[in-house]
Order: sequence, then C-alpha cells, then structure tokens
Amino acid sequence: MSTITRTASVNNGLSRARRKKLRTTRLALFLLLPSLIFLALFTFYPIAYSIYMSLFKNNQATYRTGPVYIGLENYIRLFTKDKIFAQSFKNNIIVAIVTVPTSIALAISMALFANKVKKFKGLVRVSFFYPTLLPMVAVANIWLFIYTPMYGLLGFINPNWRFLTNPNTVLWALIVMLIWKQAGYVMVFFISGLQNINPELYEAAHIDGANSRQIFWKITWPMLMPTTLYVMIITMTNAFKLVDHLYIMTKGGPGNSSNMLLFYVYQTAFDRSNTGYASAMTVVIIALLLVLTAVQFFTQDKRTHYA
Amino acid sequence: MSILTAKRERVRAAEWKMTPGKFLEYFFMYLFAAVCLIPLIWMVRTAFIPKEFELKLFKIAAPTIANFKSIWDQAPWISYYANTIFVVGSVLIMQYITITMAGYAFARLDFYGKNTLFMLFLTQIMIAADVLILPNYKTISAMGLANTLIGTAMPFFASAMGTFLMRQTIKTIPYELEEAARIDGCNLFQIIVKIYLPLLVPCFIAHGLIAASYQWNNFLWPLITINSVNKRLLTVGLAIFAQQAEIGAAWTDTCAATFLTVAPLLLVFLFFQKRFIESFAHSGIK
Repeated sequence: MSTITRTASVNNGLSRARRKKLRTTRLALFLLLPSLIFLALFTFYPIAYSIYMSLFKNNQATYRTGPVYIGLENYIRLFTKDKIFAQSFKNNIIVAIVTVPTSIALAISMALFANKVKKFKGLVRVSFFYPTLLPMVAVANIWLFIYTPMYGLLGFINPNWRFLTNPNTVLWALIVMLIWKQAGYVMVFFISGLQNINPELYEAAHIDGANSRQIFWKITWPMLMPTTLYVMIITMTNAFKLVDHLYIMTKGGPGNSSNMLLFYVYQTAFDRSNTGYASAMTVVIIALLLVLTAVQFFTQDKRTHYA
Repeated sequence: MSILTAKRERVRAAEWKMTPGKFLEYFFMYLFAAVCLIPLIWMVRTAFIPKEFELKLFKIAAPTIANFKSIWDQAPWISYYANTIFVVGSVLIMQYITITMAGYAFARLDFYGKNTLFMLFLTQIMIAADVLILPNYKTISAMGLANTLIGTAMPFFASAMGTFLMRQTIKTIPYELEEAARIDGCNLFQIIVKIYLPLLVPCFIAHGLIAASYQWNNFLWPLITINSVNKRLLTVGLAIFAQQAEIGAAWTDTCAATFLTVAPLLLVFLFFQKRFIESFAHSGIK
C-alpha cells in the first residue's frame, strides 16, 4: 500500500516537473517566435528555395512556359562549361588565400602598436580603424581615384600605371584595397585578445631574459591563437560577401578577371534574369560557407593555447 | 618583496628603453598610420577644394562649399538621408525587441529543443542575408514589398549575433534580482522592462553601433530592392551618382557626395571612438 502511494507520488512529481518544463517551453517559444518568423522567412526558406530552384531552367526563354525541371543540369554547366564561374570561383579563392593571412599579420602588428604607443594613441587607432566604418562604395570611389592613371594618386608617381584595366593586375589592386579596408576591423579583435593576456607572463619572460622576438613567438602568438582562428573564419566568410566595390570599380572586368561569385550571382539574376542558374550558384556559395563553418566547428577543441 | 618590486621596476624600465629595432618599428608604424589616413584626407580635401584645382594634388586653396551646392540639385540627398535613417531605425527597433526576447529565453529558461533552436539561430551567422539576395528578393516581391523601405529592412529584423550578445549579458545579471521582483508581484513583461532593460543599456549601445553601421553601409541588397529614385538609400544614391559623374570625371562632385555619405557615421565614430572599438571587439566574443 505504502509502496504504491510512494510510486504514485514519484510519478506525480516527475510529471509535475515535466509539466513545468512544458509550460516553460511554451513561454520560450512565445519569446523566440518573433525571431523565428524572420529567420524562417529570410534564412531557412531562402536556403531551401535556392536548392529547389537550382533544379529548374528559369530564364527569359522559359518566360511563357514557367520554370522547367532540368535536374542537375545547372550544376553540370556551372562546373564544366561556365568559364566566368570558374574565373569567379578562382578569384574568390585567391582573394581569401591572400587577404586572410595578410590582414591577420598586419592586424597583429597594428594591435601591438596601438596597444603600447603613447604619443598620438587616439589618432593611431582612428587611422587604423576608420576604413571599417566607410561603406564599400565610398571606399571604391576613393580608390578608383587612387588608381586612376595620369591624374590619380598613384598616377602621380607613374602616369603609366593602369592597374584596373589590366587583367593581370586588377585583382591584386583590389586585394590591396580590401586588406586596407579589413585590417582595422581584424585589429580590434587582436587588441581585445592582447588585453586578455596576463601581464605577469611578460614580466616573468623579462626576468628570464627573453628578447622581444622570443616573447612574441613563445607568449603573444600562442596566447592569441584562439583569436586568430576565430578571425580566420570571419575573414574567410567575408571574402565571399565583399563585392560592392566591383559595382563601382570594374563591374567584374576587364573580361571578368576581377569578378567574384556573389557579384556573378547578382549579374546573372538581376541583369540577365536567369534565376534558375543564379540559384545554383547561390547553393554553391551556401555549401562553401557551410564547409568553412564545419572546419571551424571541428577545429574548435584543438585550438592551441595555454589555458 | 621589495627586491621583487625593484626587479619589476628595472624590467619595466628595460621595456621602455629605445633600441634601434624599436625605433624602426615605431617609425614604420607611425608612417603606416599616416599612409592609412591619406585616402580620407584626400577625399575630404577634394570635397572642399575649388573645382579648377581638383587634379592639382598639392595645391592649397581656401575651402569652399561650391561642390556641395553643385551636387545638391543633381540628386535628392535629403530623401537619401531620410530613407537611410528610416531603414537603420526600423532595423534597430525591431532587432532590440526580437533579440531581447530571444536572448532572455536562451539565457534564463530551460525548455525542450533549446539546443536545436540554438543551432537554428547559428545558421544566420553562417549564411548571412548578404548571399541570399536572390531568394529574399523573391520573398519580399511575393509579399508585395518590392521597392519599399520596409521590405529592404525586413530581412534584418532578427539577429542571431544580437541574440547571443543579449544571452551572454543577461547571464551575467544576478538571478536574485528577477526573483525579488517576482516576489513583489511583477510579471515577466514588467521584469524584462524594469529589471533587465536598464542593465542592458550598454549592450544595446554596443549592438546598436554595429548594426547601425552595417545597415548604413549596406549596398547590394538595397540596390536590388529599390527602383524609385526617391526611395534610394545613401550608398545606392552615391554609387549611381558616381557612375554618372565618371563620364564627366568630376572628382570634386564625387568626393562631395562621398563625404555626405560617410560624414555622419565618421562623426559619431570620432566622438565615441573608444566605445565603437570596444563594441566591435565584443561582437566577436561568442
């Protein structure tokens, strides 16, 4: 008799806890609902929609009939026939591979300097950071002038430099600008990373007679490693989004030598109204971003730092 | 103890001794900082220089606002400002509501599916709206919001970054405050408004600075959504203006227009420099 009552009361208690959690879940869903509606409309649905639309032919030719199902043909064309896509893909990789380590190296030296400098500290920080706050289209206008042959800032040094109209140099000219725009943003993360390093480590190193190179490689660099890995992922994903300057400076040219994936999506979808094909490209970008995030996810635990 | 202090003092002194290597480092970094400023200085200079000197790099002349007068009639700048402020403002207000509610739920409530929902929020950070321009344009067209400012702002009404920032901050606030208010008979709405909101103000400012500068500078998305001249945002207006100006190569006009676009944000930055930099740094802490 008494055992039965006890079991009943335990059951009752369990279900009470469960009922309480269910009530909390209802409250939580109510609080999350506004966010979830907008996430569903503008993040989840568009991903699914892109995947679905990428299987259709949907351009001016199918304007009367409506979208025609063609299976994976868009992807096959992208990866086997489309030279512009191949070029944009390659450019995206080059931009990522070059700008990411350069921005990081530059940002670390900027952060070290901005942290210890005594005179003009505010001015130094402003001059490093302000490019982050300028809209890309404004930056593009300014750098268009810098690169203008004859009359521009660089034209003043050598009037025959034509970096933006030469297919061999245009991407590199844009990369220099992207690094200048991005390094200050990256620096900010390193400034806060540096401030989290225990100063006693440096004092101990000085007492042990370490020189500044040893201090950097044995203390600062390993202690900054979590920041560096985090920044690597941000800048890698950013490399896919930075395309506004192309609209002003090159339109992806000359001859698509400076085109990027997202800008090619824009051209395909909105200049040429080829939405099925542009959807397939969007899916490729989504896949690349997911791979990058997965890499971050799986390397997270193996971050090298002494803590 | 005193020996250790003395040793530390000596170490500090050694740290500040100027060595040739250090001198070179300081020299190059100051130089680099100066070079970084050149594009800004040139842009501001050209915006205020009389037109006849626009290509003379080292010419010094009294500043003039003639360039601003000349561009003023070529595009509806007041509308551009108003439209940009409207989009930035509506995104901020909506985000403050959505991220406070969601941030509270993730920080304080224990509910079914919490981890799954958290992962769903993460998707927005992985795949930002920037790359979903085509499907999102279809969505706002289907909603009848193409060529409207509210349609331009809407994809940014939820913010996973902001939600996580709120969650982190709310977790640092002692739970006892909430309990005390509950005992005093406050409901959840009153608790959030009376207890949490005042404590979250620094967090709102930090998030606001980042979100506002992102929206102020956004370009490709508003370029797609808006067709009418009078509904354009500043960045789009600037880009289209510059495209026209390119033919006449009027650098003074382009620079004046660029100055109009960047000046508000830069001014705010110069005033709240430290806060700005700190906010951007905190956005990176997960």
